Amino acid sequence: MDAIFLQVLNGLDKGSAYALIALGLTLIFGTLGVVNFAHGALFMLGAFCAVVMRKILTLSKISLDPEKTNFLGKPLEIKTTYVELWFGDFGAWMIDYSVLLSIAFAIPVMAIIGLVMERGLIKHFYSRPHADQILVTYGLAIVLQEIIKAFFGANPVPQAAPSSMGGAMDIGVLFGFAEYAVIYPYWRLIYFVFAALVIGGVFSFLRFTTFGMVVRAGMADRETVGLLGIDIDRRFTIMFGLAAAVTGVAGVMYTPILPPNYHMGMDFLVLCFVVVVVGGMGSLPGAVLAGFLLGLLESFSSMNEVKAIIPGIDQIIIYLVAIVVLLVRPRGLMGRAGMMED
Amino acid sequence: MSVFTTNRRGLIKSGAVLGTGLAMPTIFTASSAAAYTNAPTGSGVTLGFNVPQSGAYADEGADELRAYKLAVEHLNGEGDGGMMNTFSSKTLQGNGILGNKVNYVSGDTQTKSDAARASAKSMIEKDGAVMITGGSSSGVAVAVQGLCQEAGVIFMAGLTHSNDTTGKDKKANGFRHFFNGYMSAAALAPVLAEMYGTDRKAYHLTADYTWGWTQQESIAAATEAKGWETVNNVLTPLATQDFSSYVAPVLNSGADILVLNHYGGNMVNSLTAAVQFGLREKQVNGKNFEIVVPLYSRLMARGAGENVKGIFGSTNWHWSLTDAGSQAFVKSFGEKYGFPPSQAAHTVYCQTLLYADAAERAGTFNPCGIAEALEGFDFDGLGNGPTHYRADDHQCFKDVLVVKGKENPTSEFDLLEVVQVTPRAQVEYAPDHPMFAGGDLGKCNPGA
Repeated sequence: MDAIFLQVLNGLDKGSAYALIALGLTLIFGTLGVVNFAHGALFMLGAFCAVVMRKILTLSKISLDPEKTNFLGKPLEIKTTYVELWFGDFGAWMIDYSVLLSIAFAIPVMAIIGLVMERGLIKHFYSRPHADQILVTYGLAIVLQEIIKAFFGANPVPQAAPSSMGGAMDIGVLFGFAEYAVIYPYWRLIYFVFAALVIGGVFSFLRFTTFGMVVRAGMADRETVGLLGIDIDRRFTIMFGLAAAVTGVAGVMYTPILPPNYHMGMDFLVLCFVVVVVGGMGSLPGAVLAGFLLGLLESFSSMNEVKAIIPGIDQIIIYLVAIVVLLVRPRGLMGRAGMMED
Repeated sequence: MSVFTTNRRGLIKSGAVLGTGLAMPTIFTASSAAAYTNAPTGSGVTLGFNVPQSGAYADEGADELRAYKLAVEHLNGEGDGGMMNTFSSKTLQGNGILGNKVNYVSGDTQTKSDAARASAKSMIEKDGAVMITGGSSSGVAVAVQGLCQEAGVIFMAGLTHSNDTTGKDKKANGFRHFFNGYMSAAALAPVLAEMYGTDRKAYHLTADYTWGWTQQESIAAATEAKGWETVNNVLTPLATQDFSSYVAPVLNSGADILVLNHYGGNMVNSLTAAVQFGLREKQVNGKNFEIVVPLYSRLMARGAGENVKGIFGSTNWHWSLTDAGSQAFVKSFGEKYGFPPSQAAHTVYCQTLLYADAAERAGTFNPCGIAEALEGFDFDGLGNGPTHYRADDHQCFKDVLVVKGKENPTSEFDLLEVVQVTPRAQVEYAPDHPMFAGGDLGKCNPGA
């Protein structure tokens, strides 16, 4: 039972990442009708915002220690970060909490990247077939990957969670399990709560603001909204920026879970497209539901007991579900009637 | 007055004589060129460096390429000569190889077997490479080694640790300086038994390809011989990023040791997940839970950050070694690039010098002559102590380092500390050992 509970937590945790990325993908598809294969790269760029922030915060003054030598026998370079020199303990605190501070850095950076991407490239492909959109955005993703690799190398770059949020908690005790039966990392729990807040925030924004109402109206009938004299294209461009920012902060917060590398976006992208298809293309609630559902399924299928019955099921379960959904209900779990059904 | 006249018969006769005369040197040239693939015809010789310049092991590949370039410099008489000065064989004089200036071409394996083969094929067929070397993956090494055997060129393997490379997939044209899974296990198991005791239950997570399988088989056998029990072995796809699903079941498995048969990005991610799940603070069976990483590299340790502290593993070479060869290499490499070399850089540098030296001793670039010179070759001064290139399987035998993540590193490079230099005798095995059985070295192929 404790193993099942552990996999539930794990599934929710994985699902929250899938849901966040899929939410951004769906926002873009639902508003602009663009199949954005560069979306995974936005997740990766967000993660590297955290890396850049940490690099900035750890910029150091170098002094030589004549007492010690480096690997070449020369005086050892001692590095002291400027923020610690300038702000003392507060500087050390900033470095410790760099992942959280990176969110403030990533939101404007990712929104600008999103806007530039949309205005500079993707808008030229609105009227082109989906195949062209996929090709150009996939190419863009590869370019972005290679740029990151050129600057940061191919190996993962470790990012620590704040020391007060590191480690694991005995969460099982809270649910009546024996001591140490279910231990779960604090940061993964934080990520889950964070994802829930972001998803709730996006839904509230679309539901309870005038801007959101116009966007929803545009998603339902773009032409009519345009005829009312509303510049819907401008709002959709802003939504692209918002989607990029949401995906970016999802990447930032994921860095203590998975040390970022240049390829991480591509690994998530395929999964998240399946999530979007299963949830229903263009359906925001569908993307969230499918994200958590597939996260849970993936987690349970990786249990040794399950794999003993069906070896390799953990690798194909998501795609099996996608096949079944596409055969039985092509519009996805919560897709609009007619979507992908003609 | 003489008049030069000609007729049809005379023209044919003259043409035949002239043609034969002109063809003579060509026949001789063709004869010597046909003796082996890509025999050098000018004053230079081309080596092919086939390394991952993209993909999961691109950082290892970049370091390998740096070391290759350094080796070429040293062979051509530039720089300080590095380990050529400490190498026990004194045939290399800094005038290239057999008087031919060393040139090189490089290719990108992408850490994919098909891409690596295509890249090696191009270097052999289009660039005229007389030797191919490199690789940071056993799957790639085995694939390229097979290609080189067919093409008739020597393959000097880079970072490949699977038993299969010089086991069931060994080839007469292929040579490996790097150690292997069996050697890691033979060196590591006694240290683990001493540190953690003999009554232990181990759970293995294993990369699902040739290296992972043989590494797991080796370390499981070696630790079981010390009294450990292997409670489970779970294969993980090479493309796995988030290992939480694989780590979570370890918590309630009854195991008190987690063995991560992972390398590169896989190891960084699986270790990160294991530490996040609190395994290192956990107590099981009345003992502290421990994590073991059988194959370590400094580049990996840097990726894993704080998580590697105190974790045991093995490595082929480490820059902190104090022998003359290691120090000469670290100095050359460090002064050129500003940081110490990795074990990947070390092994490929050694392989380049060993190839060049074998060519000098054999007096030819013919792969069969070079293979003969390398087989059974004993040498020293390349950073691993006295080393033997065994003729039976083309595997180098030398001391193996047991290392652990340093608790208090003094610099960003000072991540591993050498716990023990395991003597060569302890990691040797018979050529027909069951873990290496099933292959046939075959005969050297000179190609054309």
